[in-house]
Formats: sequence, structure tokens, C-alpha cells
Amino acid sequence: MIALLQRDLKLAIRAGGGFGLGLAFFLILVVLVPFGVGPNSDILSRIAPGILWVGALLSCLLSLDRIFQLDYEDGTLDLLATAPLPLEAAATLKALSHWLVTGLPLTLAAPLLGVLLNMPSEATLWLVASLALGTPALSMLGTFGAALTVGLKRGGLLISLLVLPLYMPTLIFGAEAVRRGTEGLPTGTALAFLAAITAGCAALLPFASAAALRMNLR
Amino acid sequence: MNFSVENLACRRGDVTVLTGVTFSVAEGEALVLRAPNGAGKTTLLRCLAGLTPPVSGALHFSPEDVAYAAHADGLKAQLSVEENLQFWADIFGTRDIAPAVDAFELSSLLSRRAQDLSAGQKRRLSLSRMVLTGRAIWALDEPTVSLDVENVARFSSAVTRHLAQGGSAVLATHIDLGLPTARTLDLSPFRAISQDAPSDDPFLDGAFQ
Repeated sequence: MIALLQRDLKLAIRAGGGFGLGLAFFLILVVLVPFGVGPNSDILSRIAPGILWVGALLSCLLSLDRIFQLDYEDGTLDLLATAPLPLEAAATLKALSHWLVTGLPLTLAAPLLGVLLNMPSEATLWLVASLALGTPALSMLGTFGAALTVGLKRGGLLISLLVLPLYMPTLIFGAEAVRRGTEGLPTGTALAFLAAITAGCAALLPFASAAALRMNLR
Repeated sequence: MNFSVENLACRRGDVTVLTGVTFSVAEGEALVLRAPNGAGKTTLLRCLAGLTPPVSGALHFSPEDVAYAAHADGLKAQLSVEENLQFWADIFGTRDIAPAVDAFELSSLLSRRAQDLSAGQKRRLSLSRMVLTGRAIWALDEPTVSLDVENVARFSSAVTRHLAQGGSAVLATHIDLGLPTARTLDLSPFRAISQDAPSDDPFLDGAFQ
């Protein structure tokens, strides 16, 4: 099982793999926002957590169609489906490697990028905590979307339409946790909801993704 | 390994391509599928590999015993030959890639990236994966495409060795491999009559391609 994870990480790092693509997009977004809304630091620090969360969502979306599409095109997915590894496990590992390549670097870079948006320092901890709890759900929902659209030409746009509505609860609770944390209010409920969404996704979506893959490979 | 299928009907997409396919293959025997293009060789092989569930009929074996080699090579261009093989060896739990390397004489190519291989070399690498699976039934779809005479001989000796060890094989091919225990099955009689009929819903036709 670990072989699939190792291979995906290796492919992500090698030329054309897309590692850092999400991070670069995140960085550019954060640099562009102050130009768009103006240099007023009050406004910036108020919208910073929301911008960072939306940025995390969009940069995660950027690499979703690669999760299964490349393996589908070169025939690897057919071979994986006939291998002893269950497709449920393959889907879980694909989601994990997607998170390691996009969600984890975003979580780690968010405090630095928060500085660019004049984010208040007390928000940093909550931003990292909410991203760490929420981004795994983004990768898992994205893997499900990718499994549904595998085999469709130019499925990328369709993935966005399928997956963005599913991202909404994560975004709401993630941004809410940071807002409450910044204002010194209790964040337990929002973080608990975020963790519950992630746990629910981890429990259910590998089966849904595997079923979608089986349908599409027929 | 002995295996058989009985009265099998297979579909590709929404079209039932084959009906009433019945055959059995004995241990150490190879079944060569012969049929014109579009007759359903790939469809049958995908069905045997468990990728497409049959419309009706029975498979008297487990798809877990089938190693499938498709038209596509299934190689990762950015990985070396050795990494590609090691990945499949780990997935199938056989770990050791030496038998595959020996069978297709890949030792001089091991450190080369798959993207720098010729079409024939890619094919050899892809076929050598079969040796790593350790599975009893090989289902091979046009295995000799882009192989030269020497490598066709290498491939058929790999298949012969697999058969001698008690395995069996189903091959879709247009050339004579010179396998000692091969039997030919013509798929043409099993063609489903409706296969050229237009789809029921003209608006769905090709909408998702």
C-alpha cells in the first residue's frame, strides 16, 4: 500500500508533477488581494482569514483533476483496479498524497502569508488549527469528485462545479473558527464541526470514490 | 490453472458486443482469441479481468487470479524502468523484480526513464509486469504490438515458461506466437446481433465523449 503513496509523491516532486503549484497559486492570490481591495490595513486584517481559507479552497481545486486522470490516460488505473490493492485503499491513498502535496504545505505556509495580509497575530494559531483540521476533508471530497469525472475529457470544470458546493461547510466552519479565535470567543464548536466533517469524509468517501471509479472503468 | 466461462455475454458501454461465449482452458494451455477488429476481444478480456461485470453468464474462476495487460502500457514516464517495475512488484506483493528483468532482458535499461524508451522497449517493460504479478491466468490484449521478431520470441518463451509452471493464458493477437499448447478460438460466432443497431436515445449519443 505504501508503494502507491511513495510513487504518487515521487511523481508529484518530479518534473511536471505539480508539487508547489497550489502553493504558488496561494502566494499569488495573497499578493493580489491587497492590490484589489486597497492598502487599508483595517480592512485587510478583517478579511485576511476568509481570503486565506478561500485561497486554500481554490488552490486545492487546481490539482484535483490530476488525481485520477493521468493514471486513467496511461492505463495505470485499469491495472490498479485489477491489482490486489482494493480500490477503496487506492482512493484513500490518492487523497492522502493529494493532501500531503497541497493541503499540508498550505497549512504550514499560511502563517507567513497571513503576515502579507496584515492578519492579527492571535488569529495565526486558529488559522493553522482550522486548516490542519479542514484541508484533509477538501482532499477527500476532491478525490471523490475526481473519481466521478475520471474519463471525461476536460473534466476539470465539472469537478469544480461538483466539488465546490461540497466544500461549503468546511469553508464556513473553518473561517468561523478563525474569526471567533481572533475575537477571543470560544472556538470549540466550529473546530469540532470541522473535525467531524473530516472524520465523516474519511469514513465514507473512500467507498464512494471506489464505487465511482468502478462505474467509470466499465 | 483450469478455468472456464459459460454462456457469457459482455458489453462495452451500452452495447452488448458478445453473447453465448463458452470455453474452458486447461492448466498449461493458452487460448488465442482470433477475430476481426471490433469483434469484442478487448471486451472479453476486460470482462475476464473483472473490470466489466458480465451482462449474463458465469465465470468459473476468481478475477483475483487474472493478470491483465491492456493496450495501454500503464507506465509512468517520469519514473525509471526499475521504479516502474518495483512499484508493481510492491503492489502485487512479490517484491523481487529480477525474474521480470531477466525474462525481457531489461537489465541494461533499468536506470533509464520510461519517457526515454522506444515504443518496443515500453511494450517489453509493460509485458514484464506480468511476470511480477505471480497470478495464474494471464489475459493479454495485443501483447506483441510494436515488438520486433527477437522480442516476440522472448515474449513467447516467457509465456511458455508461465504455462509450464501450471499457469494458463488468454491472448488476443493477430500473429502466430508459436506457442506449443495454444488453441485458437474464433470469436466471430459469438457476436451479438444488435451491436450495430443505433442507440435508443439520439441525444445521448456521444454526449459524454
